[in-house]
Amino acid sequence: MTTQTMQIQGRAAALRIANLDTDQIMPKQFLRGIDKAGLAPGLLYDLRFDSQGQVRPDFVLNRPAYAGTRILVAGANFGCGSSREHAVWGLQQFGIQAVIAPSFGEIFYSNAMNNRLLLVMLPEEQIAALMAQAEAGEALTIDVDAMCVRCAAQEMPFALSPRHRRMFMEGLDVIGLSLSYRAEIEAFAQTHWAAQPWVKDVARLTRGAQPNMAR
Amino acid sequence: MGKKTLYRKLVDSHTVVELDPQNVLLFCDLHLMNECTSPQAFAGLHEQGREVLVPGQNVAVVSHIIPTHPVKNRIIADPASALQASNLKRNCERHGIALFDTNDALQGIEHVVAPELGMIRPGMVVICGDSHTTTYGALGALGFGIGTSEVEHVLATQTLVYRLAEDMRITVDGQLPLGTTAKDLILMIIGQIGAQGARGYVVEFCGTAISALSVEARFTLCNMAVEAGARGALIAPDAVAIDYVLARAPDMTPGILRQAALVHWATLHSDENARFAVEHRFDASTVAPHVTWGTSPDQVVAIDGRIPQPAGNLSTEQALRYTQLQSGAEIAGTPIQHVFIGSCTNARIEDLRAVAEVVRGRHVAAGVRAMVVPGSGAVKAQAEAEGIAALLQSAGFEWRQPGCSMCLAMNDDVLAEGVRCASTTNRNFEGRQGRGAITHLMSPAMAAAAAVTGSITDVRKLEFLS
Repeated sequence: MTTQTMQIQGRAAALRIANLDTDQIMPKQFLRGIDKAGLAPGLLYDLRFDSQGQVRPDFVLNRPAYAGTRILVAGANFGCGSSREHAVWGLQQFGIQAVIAPSFGEIFYSNAMNNRLLLVMLPEEQIAALMAQAEAGEALTIDVDAMCVRCAAQEMPFALSPRHRRMFMEGLDVIGLSLSYRAEIEAFAQTHWAAQPWVKDVARLTRGAQPNMAR
Repeated sequence: MGKKTLYRKLVDSHTVVELDPQNVLLFCDLHLMNECTSPQAFAGLHEQGREVLVPGQNVAVVSHIIPTHPVKNRIIADPASALQASNLKRNCERHGIALFDTNDALQGIEHVVAPELGMIRPGMVVICGDSHTTTYGALGALGFGIGTSEVEHVLATQTLVYRLAEDMRITVDGQLPLGTTAKDLILMIIGQIGAQGARGYVVEFCGTAISALSVEARFTLCNMAVEAGARGALIAPDAVAIDYVLARAPDMTPGILRQAALVHWATLHSDENARFAVEHRFDASTVAPHVTWGTSPDQVVAIDGRIPQPAGNLSTEQALRYTQLQSGAEIAGTPIQHVFIGSCTNARIEDLRAVAEVVRGRHVAAGVRAMVVPGSGAVKAQAEAEGIAALLQSAGFEWRQPGCSMCLAMNDDVLAEGVRCASTTNRNFEGRQGRGAITHLMSPAMAAAAAVTGSITDVRKLEFLS
């Protein structure tokens, strides 16, 4: 376990796009790996590069003033769509440590929590204010200890469930913790399968009932 | 005991431990995997020296990267994609996990293969590293998509740390008019409640219009609930759903096991007066064929509708810029260059029959490339046996091999920039089918109508020859 810094501070970029889906965050051509490496170039690829692969200079993350951006301030339902965790890995590899938005896609939210990418939900009016500040070049601070976002003279409190706060701060080994319930899981499975024997081994049985034929 | 929704019954019956007020350790009956979102999970497992806890509850299907060219023995030309497939095979062999590999006659899209082989049974919890796992609600199973970290968690523990969702009920009464389908219904619902209208909820669909749907139509409905942000979709299993399962599950032949299952499945419904946090009602008789005009599935109009005005909405403006459509114009008559019939939403046998019915006696319009990618090897074989394949091929359609294909264009089925596609898939996101390509989501019958006319067309206005 490593303790994460309690504050994320730095340059923020506004992405004024609602429903920014994970297909756009990490396009398909970057999903062909069997490891997590090398995803930074793919982040928001079609927004950052034109169809010839040239940098689109007007896109916020390509502007010199936004080099080293650590925080994204985005529209509602950020990360909706595909379950690809590559979107989260790519954001982190690019240097993004937190995303602030009115809401997030559900699978993306879990993926981010599992990777300690901080997601902060704030009401639309506050997001609008933060976007304006980000566009004015103001740095933001997200204080996870105090659970608030600070920008210029403003303080915006946010909520994070106790579990997600611990996951962010301590980097819990979630699988290890769940395996501490291994005896309970195995006992549950025995009872469950005694009551519903038709779900036990369902994958193996179904596969076994079908000939493994070549087409 | 309090009144429970079907959703809460499924969660409660799979809860190993309550971890805190928002989270439970949820037992998973079936975990499906593909080659694309599982490699890093297996790698993580191996790094930690962990084993797969219950291999018999896990299955894998090569689906996302597989080419669909009509050749007998499929070879994945792209080296990275080939490595994903061989890596999946290696991981499955190492852990004793059932696999439907590249050249298996039953290979296909995971969400088509699993239910058609009888793997999905009412009351199960089914998860997969794919957002369209909500499909299984059609059989009264709680299905939902997960990320790769969670894939690793399930492999190691056969459970998930599961955040509880809220209950939403969508009641649809009345009868779907001729020429409309579950696809039109779900597109209309998403259009009305929005791309995050069900975010945070598990949606239970009920009402006379839902009961009247075939199981395959219910798959379409539940599959796309995720496009409204839903964390799951459910339809209480009725005789239609149960017959579907019994006809396919190899071990559910008449006998004691089947009797016990029937007794249990009869309990899988929301209790009368169970509380739903949100309720929506729709009238099926008002549903028209629907087509998306934008870059989010909620940007949708009825076929007799017009492209909306942005009215200062940045997302609408950007969507119109991308789809190159004019505000105020009719959606009908928009010329298309490509038709794609496929995906876990609409590539089952009933979908292909609907396409065939429209195409019979007609031909793909000049200048249009039309592709059919059956959802699975079994669907493909069935369609060939019924003469659907021959009919579509002689009408000018390409008859391809099964896979996810151009739904997300991870294989080599990718559209070129500016190409406009009538598609039976689930997402019209920017770049989804290829950079700069424009996707119009619609039903199989509507896509078939677009194929034969060369433009977005109200299928109800075509004369039926059969």
